[in-house]
Amino acid sequence: MAHDASHTNESKSNSAVKRIWTVFIILSVVTIVEVVLGIFRPEFLEDTYLARMKLLNWIFIILTVYKAYYITWAFMHMEHETKGLRRSVVWTAVFLIAYLVFILLTEGDYIHDVYANGFQNWDF
Amino acid sequence: MDATAVRTGTEGKTWGGGNQPLGGSYGKLMMWFFILSDGLTFSAFLAAYGFSRFKFIEEWPIADEVFNHFPFLHGVDAPMYYVASMTFVLIFSSVTMVLAVDAGHHMKKNKVIWYMFATIIGGIIFVGAQAWEWTKFIQGEYGAVETNAGRILQFVNTEGERVALEDFAGQLPSERTVLTRSEALWYQSESSMPTVTYSEVLAGFMEDDNILVRTDVINENGQKTILSREESIKKLSEDGVGVVQGANLKHNEYGAPLFADFFFFITGFHGFHVSTGILINIIIFFNVIIGTYERRGSYEMVERVGLYWHFVDLVWVFVFTFFYLV
Repeated sequence: MAHDASHTNESKSNSAVKRIWTVFIILSVVTIVEVVLGIFRPEFLEDTYLARMKLLNWIFIILTVYKAYYITWAFMHMEHETKGLRRSVVWTAVFLIAYLVFILLTEGDYIHDVYANGFQNWDF
Repeated sequence: MDATAVRTGTEGKTWGGGNQPLGGSYGKLMMWFFILSDGLTFSAFLAAYGFSRFKFIEEWPIADEVFNHFPFLHGVDAPMYYVASMTFVLIFSSVTMVLAVDAGHHMKKNKVIWYMFATIIGGIIFVGAQAWEWTKFIQGEYGAVETNAGRILQFVNTEGERVALEDFAGQLPSERTVLTRSEALWYQSESSMPTVTYSEVLAGFMEDDNILVRTDVINENGQKTILSREESIKKLSEDGVGVVQGANLKHNEYGAPLFADFFFFITGFHGFHVSTGILINIIIFFNVIIGTYERRGSYEMVERVGLYWHFVDLVWVFVFTFFYLV
């Protein structure tokens, strides 16, 4: 966003400030929902599993990504950057992190099974 | 001179230099480079945390039992509230930061000063809050017994409520004192001793039939397993080796020592980022006051440090989820 002092006008300024407070409210509401779910931990969300993970944990992770989106797009001004900058930052991070997390969690789960099903007792 | 001139054939093209292909200045792009690489570092830490947690999924501590303190509410089980308020402080300091950036776009010096001041105060509150949480974590609350295998045995009464070691440990004569440098043979010392010894815990446990052992194994209800009295006596006398109170990098009364390692390392690395963020914010804050950016005609430096500050907030959002919620 090309901000030049000479182009300043009040309506543009107000809309930017309004956007900031809207995003703050969104982030706060999402955080409150997370905290409430974290304190009460509803049983049906704890007992339902989706792709081997609790539904509650899926909700937490999705809400986190939702918050991350707003922080990056609104607070870090990603929505006003060029497509090239946005893609080179966001795609790089998303693909590398998804790959890393997948590979490490798969391996951790495998090692857990080796410990659990092996003939060696690890609790002595 | 033509022979020495470097011609790349890209003159006048988008990437030929001299212009801004991604619409951002050099400093801003370098900040994005840094943020991306730092973000990958943090995600590597969190992924490693996930790896270890999946590996020890049944013995991992339950966060709600570890982080359940709130200032001035001693002995009250208050999970989440404290860390939630820390999260709000950081989100709000992000808001004031972005308001400072916006004020900078409109060259409103006084607004930038006040918003940056609020941001710095928010950052300091957050780091202070983290220090308090670390203190509580390091001190521990109930204490536990460590086994040969490095596993943790905690103690509950017949209602399933946690019992501190001091509450049931007997009193045995002991001549053991804290080892100081002046008493030691060769550069040895220790910072403190547990308030009870293992033999005192064992003696007290054998006398009191209402105390049961709680192992670190999570059962199918998502809670730690409580043994019967007979199993408890057998487990403790066969496997127990020593007393753990609080947590450090090697021992941890809450469960798997790796949990404490990752907690110290990841929240510590994040806290370090917040601290440097505060420092950079203070430098820019004084530059704003003395009018450096007013003369330069652009408050872009505020925007750059703002990017860093929001990144720190972004990381905390993930740390919050994976340490306290999931």
